[in-house]
Amino acid sequence: MVNEIEGVGMSEATQSPESTEDDVDRRDFLVLATAAVGAVGAASFVWPLVDSMNPSAEVLALSKIEVDLGPIEEGQSITVVWQGKPVFIRRRTKVEISAAVKDDGADLRQKEKDADRTQKPEWLVMIGICTHLGCIPLGQKAVETKGEYGGWFCPCHGSHYDTSGRIRKGPAPLNLEVPKYKFLDDKSIRIG
Amino acid sequence: MSSAPQWKNPVIRWVDERLPVFTYIDHEYNQFPVPKNLNYFWNFGALAMIVLVTMVVTGIVLAMQYTPHVDYAFGSVERIMRDVNYGWLIRYIHMNGGSMFFIIVYIHIFRGLYYGSYKSPRELLWMLGVVILLLMMATAFLGYVLPWGQMSFWGATVITNLFSALPIIGEPIVTWLWGGFAVDNATLNRFFSLHYLMPFVLFAVVGLHVVALHVTGSNNPTGIEIKGPQDSVPFNPYFTAKDSVGLGVFLIFFAYFVFFAPNFFGEVDNYIEANPMQTPPHIVPEWYFLPFYAMLRAITFDVFFIPAKLLGVMVMGASIMILFIVPWLDTSKVRSARYRPVYKWLFWVLVIDCFVLGYVGAKPPEGVLVLMGQLGTAYYFLHFLVIMPIVGKLETPLPLPASISEAVSGGSANSSPSGMEKP
Repeated sequence: MVNEIEGVGMSEATQSPESTEDDVDRRDFLVLATAAVGAVGAASFVWPLVDSMNPSAEVLALSKIEVDLGPIEEGQSITVVWQGKPVFIRRRTKVEISAAVKDDGADLRQKEKDADRTQKPEWLVMIGICTHLGCIPLGQKAVETKGEYGGWFCPCHGSHYDTSGRIRKGPAPLNLEVPKYKFLDDKSIRIG
Repeated sequence: MSSAPQWKNPVIRWVDERLPVFTYIDHEYNQFPVPKNLNYFWNFGALAMIVLVTMVVTGIVLAMQYTPHVDYAFGSVERIMRDVNYGWLIRYIHMNGGSMFFIIVYIHIFRGLYYGSYKSPRELLWMLGVVILLLMMATAFLGYVLPWGQMSFWGATVITNLFSALPIIGEPIVTWLWGGFAVDNATLNRFFSLHYLMPFVLFAVVGLHVVALHVTGSNNPTGIEIKGPQDSVPFNPYFTAKDSVGLGVFLIFFAYFVFFAPNFFGEVDNYIEANPMQTPPHIVPEWYFLPFYAMLRAITFDVFFIPAKLLGVMVMGASIMILFIVPWLDTSKVRSARYRPVYKWLFWVLVIDCFVLGYVGAKPPEGVLVLMGQLGTAYYFLHFLVIMPIVGKLETPLPLPASISEAVSGGSANSSPSGMEKP
């Protein structure tokens, strides 16, 4: 069947060098169809290459950790690693909690109530990565500067976070992210 | 002047008849007519080419000793420094070569800006140059990550995070770039692969840049086109000689840093192994990115619905992208700032502005420096978007010489000295 059609087309072509309307339509169709199939083929080859650069299975597997909160005193912070990222866990003082609650009504860049950022007001758990360009803010250690709002300060580009980890000043657009976590009992949590 | 050479050597003749490489080289690098008044600022293109070759050669050798793995990368670089024969020399050449490349290219770019080398018919030549600058920046950034020091790691983190400023697609793109949820082994591996690839892309674009140059010919300090044989000299021996003098001076400069101040351009913190749990108190990029970094940080406020972070990234991107349209922003009929009494000074203000931005970019973003960065950024864009178009229209240029020859030797040109030259 295919051969027959080609045969006809070729004999026509040899008879008259000028193609008929039909011929042109058919040729356009064949060109477009070939190009389309080629494009789909190329795209389906490119996708595995592109997707191979996404996180691999063994990276994705490291998704949950458990943390013992027992040794942390009031006013102390610890940093744990989760998915290669630092997670800040702070046992806040009464003063810090009341400062955070008081600022619920302040002019916040990203409006979030302190109560929505914690499960128990005493414990603040968040990803310790500045939402500007990914530096780790200072303020975990007692000797480090805590910025103008007594929380955290990112030294890279000068973002100030309050005692609830909310952005108050500087270039960062968002509050420090609160990861998904769950209290297993009074003194331990599971992140992830 | 450009007659086809007769090759006497039968082997050369045999090859040339089938693949005219020798005729091409003779035509483009021996007989090629060059304005006879080129000054030493015209050395920097050739110097950049030599540095590119140096970088590729030293880079290939370094790659034979380097291990792209988060646990071994830092150690393998220290091994290169201590154990590999001449490893210290090769690494210091490569490391300082990066800085040399940018010094040369920045001078080359400002040369073009001063003498109006971007103007018709050299727009595409200029735009290819901007592409080269972008590729160089990418290559330098990727390469700086490889030693896996603190600045490597945190520089990579900050720069890749620039993409997270994009709405919606930002976060997935960053994860894709990293191959994980933070800069990690997957990131280091792909950066090594791409750092090796980029110079060859760079070579290809440099090739196009050179081809475009050989179509239009070189601009020159007067900004007037060659009018006849009296205005030009053959590239060889006149400019091979002049380039050689410049190369000698440059190599002394280069060698001084390699042998006596190898870490002058670097950051001390990069000799501390990368620690993903601790950001250095003050992250600074390499010096050649400082003005752009200052512009990124200058935007500390939201504008309408655009958050400060996205705006900062847009401003930084625009600071380079704007160079692409410089040929159309400059409205002056005269190419060379030598004959532009007003613009000449404004050019130097731009140069100073770039240095101010560089200074601001190197310092922590505090106090008066924030304002300085914002003013510097505003002036940078003011120069290109307002000063260039308006001064070009308002300024009365000085009378142009009738020809290059007249400008150089006081008038042996046969054309009449009738004022304005059509560029």
